[in-house]
Amino acid sequence: MILWIIAALVGMGALAWGFRFAGQAATGNAPKFRDMPYGVAYGYVLGAVVLLWLIWAYMQGRSSDPAIANKFFFLRIAIEGFIIFAIAAWLFRLLGRAVGTAWSRKMFRSMPLTASFGILTILIYAILAIFAPAFAPYGQEQIIPGVAANIVPGGDVALGGNPDFPLGTDQIGRDIMSRLIYGAQNTVGIAFATTLLAFLLGGTFGFLAATLGGWLDQILSRLVDVLMAIPSLIFALLLMTIASVWAPQLGIPLTVFMVVIIAVIDSTRVFRLARAVGQNIVVMDYIEAAKLRGEGLGYLVFKEILPNATAPLLAEFGLRFCFVFLTIAALSFLGVGIQPPLADWGTMVRDLGGFVNYAQFAPLAATAPLLAAGAIALLTVAVNFVVDWMLHKSSGLKE
Amino acid sequence: MGNVLTIILQRLALGALTLLIVSIVIFVAVNLLPGDFAQNILGQGATPEAVASIRKDLGLDQPPVTRYFDWLGGVLRGDLGSSFAQANFASFTGTDSGAKTVADQIAPRFANTMFLAMVTAIIAVPLSITLGVLAALYRNSVFDRAANITTLSSISSPEFFLAYILILFLAVLNPILPSLSNIYDGMAFSERLQKSLLPALTLTLVVTAHMMRMTRAAIINLLASPYIEMARLKGLSPMRVIVKHALPNALAPIINVIALNLAYLITGVVVVEVVFVYPGIGQLFVDSVKIRDIPVVQACCLIFAAAYILLNLTADIMSILSNPRLRHPK
Repeated sequence: MILWIIAALVGMGALAWGFRFAGQAATGNAPKFRDMPYGVAYGYVLGAVVLLWLIWAYMQGRSSDPAIANKFFFLRIAIEGFIIFAIAAWLFRLLGRAVGTAWSRKMFRSMPLTASFGILTILIYAILAIFAPAFAPYGQEQIIPGVAANIVPGGDVALGGNPDFPLGTDQIGRDIMSRLIYGAQNTVGIAFATTLLAFLLGGTFGFLAATLGGWLDQILSRLVDVLMAIPSLIFALLLMTIASVWAPQLGIPLTVFMVVIIAVIDSTRVFRLARAVGQNIVVMDYIEAAKLRGEGLGYLVFKEILPNATAPLLAEFGLRFCFVFLTIAALSFLGVGIQPPLADWGTMVRDLGGFVNYAQFAPLAATAPLLAAGAIALLTVAVNFVVDWMLHKSSGLKE
Repeated sequence: MGNVLTIILQRLALGALTLLIVSIVIFVAVNLLPGDFAQNILGQGATPEAVASIRKDLGLDQPPVTRYFDWLGGVLRGDLGSSFAQANFASFTGTDSGAKTVADQIAPRFANTMFLAMVTAIIAVPLSITLGVLAALYRNSVFDRAANITTLSSISSPEFFLAYILILFLAVLNPILPSLSNIYDGMAFSERLQKSLLPALTLTLVVTAHMMRMTRAAIINLLASPYIEMARLKGLSPMRVIVKHALPNALAPIINVIALNLAYLITGVVVVEVVFVYPGIGQLFVDSVKIRDIPVVQACCLIFAAAYILLNLTADIMSILSNPRLRHPK
């Protein structure tokens, strides 16, 4: 195996040399080939080989022999998905350039493909989350009468599947497909609420610390320092242990505790940013003028500081949402996050994870856990693409 | 040079103070539990005598402040108390069941986790620096964009998604590596390495992105400097300009980000260890959280926090050492 890889790398090295030489000969020593470093030539050859291999793998995935087709099924899906998403993002950008206000058209004109992909994906998730009951064939907690439990995903009758339930049913007979769709509502909704709460807490205290300064600033900042010294997932797990004892005694769902715990932990990061941004604004002349006018604290924070801190806070909101979303997914995956009967992606990955081992014989069965995990990944990637673009735009970074 | 030493000592003292406060936070958090452990272990039908006996055994009849200092003293001596799950209630049962202390439970797993982190660092650090240098060299090319998109995707995916993708392609479809990392004592090194390679690769994917992007940004930041222009004008190749002239001056932020990412590994390791059933400290932590084995949770939390603080401290000291401007604060 390793010998093969080394042989391929050396072979490509020879090819790269040949490629450059052929280019020089064919173009009459044009500057492009004459000054081409060996590394660049190697890069071209490597890229071509990877592209050829992907095409070959895609053909293998469409092969009529099921053993070979199964082996390359996931690569085929990935390639198809990539192309479809790229085309969809491109079309969406075209649409954005054609319709809308002058401002939105201008925004879409300068947008890279990754950002339009991100916006499109976020829109799809939002629609799916809001109208989940309309899309899902069954309810998320509905135990369908007359349907067996533990139907294997993939709809292959020979393996214990059922074509009516393409993703199978869980251990008490609920439709996994419906739960996956409701997962958008629960997982994304809870993460969104948590992020909002974190911003409310962190933003308020951060601006207060920046405006008032003095001992309040000192106390809050030192408190935040201590809380930030503990890794957030570890701290969340510790607090969830304690919450899991309190929850049944107080009769409050554990999920509520989780929202509060993660919001508090993440609000420390928001506090830092809000305080730093606020401190830069507080020293401005217009704040001085407002103070001289005799405006109150509320006016200062909401009418003077907040509007001027929107841009960095908005970008932070996107990033913070990703972190919160991933933390909740990780907690659920570890079994202490969003509690049943609510459908949730992290929990589904843990429950269905074993099906990955079926991939060789029944690729469709293995897609069930990957769909849930992929749904999480896709949304965070999309948000990150959009934030990346926003930061790039606002910083005016042109290299 | 004495000045530098003072700063380092100051930072170390600050780190120790932070750790002390963190230990108080952890202790207070654990003591927010309703009722007490003795009642929780024995359940509803326990006789008052049994509860009192276990309470005495675990030292729960002491006031919280005394218990905190007992615990802290124990931690400093390397004694982390005894696990509830394997508690040895000698005065209750009258026999010594030979149960393990928390320290006994944690020590081998800590070594395993360190091994995993080391393998990850050995793969991830050279890889990300190489990729970062290449991305800076061929900036704004197809390679740079592809590397940017790939790393951004891998950094924003949950760890378990990356883990399952790697299992799917490297363990199930192409059986190259084992998907279960059942490490045990006395295993041959090569076998141990092979079994921990898949979790290490997952963690590599998680941390490489950040390190690579920082390497690239740090180098590109320097490219506008006059001395780089000088090097370019005297006819050096772009590769030589970057590796010989830009990289040494960009090392400070790069080392800083490496230390921060190793600190991030500590959090990521929990999920990855659970996916691969790797017998490390992260898995022990999650298991203890589920059965509410408080002494183990407490001890793991403290270890994680200590490692986190230590690595952040290292990053801090490294950046002070490498930047003379920070050595002389105004």
